[in-house]
Amino acid sequence: MRIALVFPELLGTYGDGGNAVVLAQRLERRGLPAEVLSIGPGDAFPDADLYLLGGGEDGPQRLAADLLIASTLPERVADGAGVFAVCAGLQLLGTSFAVEGDATYPGLALVPAVTVRGSARSVGDAAVRVDGRLVVGFENHGGVTHLAPGLDAFGEVVVGHANDTVSDGFRDGRVWATYLHGPVLAQNPWLADALLASLLGHELEPLASVADDLYAARCAQLTGMGA
Amino acid sequence: MALATTAVRCVNWVSRRSGRGAGTVVGGNAGLGIDPHLLAHLARSRTVALVSGTNGKTTTTAMIACGWGRDVATNTTGANMPAGHVAALVGSRSPVAVLECDERWLPDVISETAPAVVVLLNLSRDQLDRAAEVRQLAQRWRDWLSGGDFVVVANARDPLVVFAASASPRVHWCAPPTSWTLDARSCPVCTRPLDLGADAWSCTCGFEEPQSQSVLTEGGARIDGRPVTLDLAIPGAVNRGNALMALAALSVLGVDPALAASRLATLREIEGRYAKAVVAGQAVRLLLAKNPAGFAAQLADQAEHRGPLWIAINDGLADGRDPSWLYDVDFEQLRGRPVWCWGTRRLDLATRLWYAGVEATVVENIAPRHDGIIDLIANYTAFQELRRGGERR
Repeated sequence: MRIALVFPELLGTYGDGGNAVVLAQRLERRGLPAEVLSIGPGDAFPDADLYLLGGGEDGPQRLAADLLIASTLPERVADGAGVFAVCAGLQLLGTSFAVEGDATYPGLALVPAVTVRGSARSVGDAAVRVDGRLVVGFENHGGVTHLAPGLDAFGEVVVGHANDTVSDGFRDGRVWATYLHGPVLAQNPWLADALLASLLGHELEPLASVADDLYAARCAQLTGMGA
Repeated sequence: MALATTAVRCVNWVSRRSGRGAGTVVGGNAGLGIDPHLLAHLARSRTVALVSGTNGKTTTTAMIACGWGRDVATNTTGANMPAGHVAALVGSRSPVAVLECDERWLPDVISETAPAVVVLLNLSRDQLDRAAEVRQLAQRWRDWLSGGDFVVVANARDPLVVFAASASPRVHWCAPPTSWTLDARSCPVCTRPLDLGADAWSCTCGFEEPQSQSVLTEGGARIDGRPVTLDLAIPGAVNRGNALMALAALSVLGVDPALAASRLATLREIEGRYAKAVVAGQAVRLLLAKNPAGFAAQLADQAEHRGPLWIAINDGLADGRDPSWLYDVDFEQLRGRPVWCWGTRRLDLATRLWYAGVEATVVENIAPRHDGIIDLIANYTAFQELRRGGERR
């Protein structure tokens, strides 16, 4: 599987590159081949099975939006590639997002979602329920994201703000996005495997590690209940 | 002012006597409550140097204090906001002061203390859950440095620092070694990717690394053209860089760099950093790393070592509540070395190490496990906890 990190120079504020490491390691430790590549600003978009978008500050986020609009990412997705986006990466995939002040900036419009500025920054631990299971992590953003009717949320909020305190992110076919930022797949090994399984078209062998202990501890800590 | 300074002394005396604190911040706050401009009053008629940046503040401040070669008012306990500055100045009659200053407070402290020199070490991601994003911070610095009547001693290798400092008419540029570039990959002026060349960085928009007046050399440094020998007792390339910045600042203040450099050789530990201690029966050398840039520097120094390594990661308020940054640290270079994980986020650390292919053991409590002295790298509150819990050797 080829996993491409999109513009890590611009989108990588919170260790977001960790998601690529996690996915590649979970494949390799099961004997499945994995390759991670980085797409720099100005590079042609190479063929990949999955494109990863991280978080970024306002200036770099605007530049990333311009570069994405000029890129072939929509064609790659139409051809069946997956996208996993966090934080600013989520906002970039929508039709527009908020920048300094009340101004808005055009996004890639891969999905019908609009991000406006919230009244306060949302910073803290967050947990959302996806397909009946918890996803735990941390959010740090100033956005409120509205999904157009018919666009599915990625999950429902258990702890935190995410899109609007009710729903988190969106899921449109193979395009997944969440406000839980940084290496969210590291804290949620089941989600990493679910993402890989959806791209491979088959389930994966179990892979026990200390990440399972971390997931259980974080679920208990954030929600007072088990995973 | 007399009432306010008396309040600082009294409250701090009570704080120390009652064992409730180091006795700096509470008293400073009491004084500032009575006189909001107490810091300005206390700084007036003193020559003040301020030291700010993400990493190396405490070390560089201690180096300036040591290299000055006289009694210096300084905040040694890491209390680096105005309350701590007030306490430091109330506690000393010295006409010269060097104050470590939190990055976010720097503009306020500049306007209160009217410094002679402001040292800007570096800017990188740290505690993003409560601090402004790092580019916003650089912009705030820039706004405040444009009108100042002081010399800025600034790190020319750090594009964000250069962006901030180049607004000042009087800059003394230094070139300390840097092992961290992740926050400098996008140009602070135009956001395009920077060309991080081996010798100097630049951008197609014309923003580029300035020529440095002070640089490190084979056996020492050249401070504004004058060669000096550096013979530091504390280890690491990062500390040679801190010494370079300290010597440049002292040179601006009129202190002979060669004499100042010879004084630095006497510094063996700084606020517990590099100190040898016994923690719960285990002999350790305490090392501090609070963020990806700090870890990059510490792990670079670890390259020669082979034995077991301890790492402690907490998520206290002063650490930042979100340990996502562990994935910005190149832990892969520790492959082949056994690592013990401690601290409130030990499972996050162990998971990071598992994904890095590093053998990791999770421990809830520290116990003696190894012969000899082992290195223990800890982030801020873990470091303070270990320092308090450890007995000095």
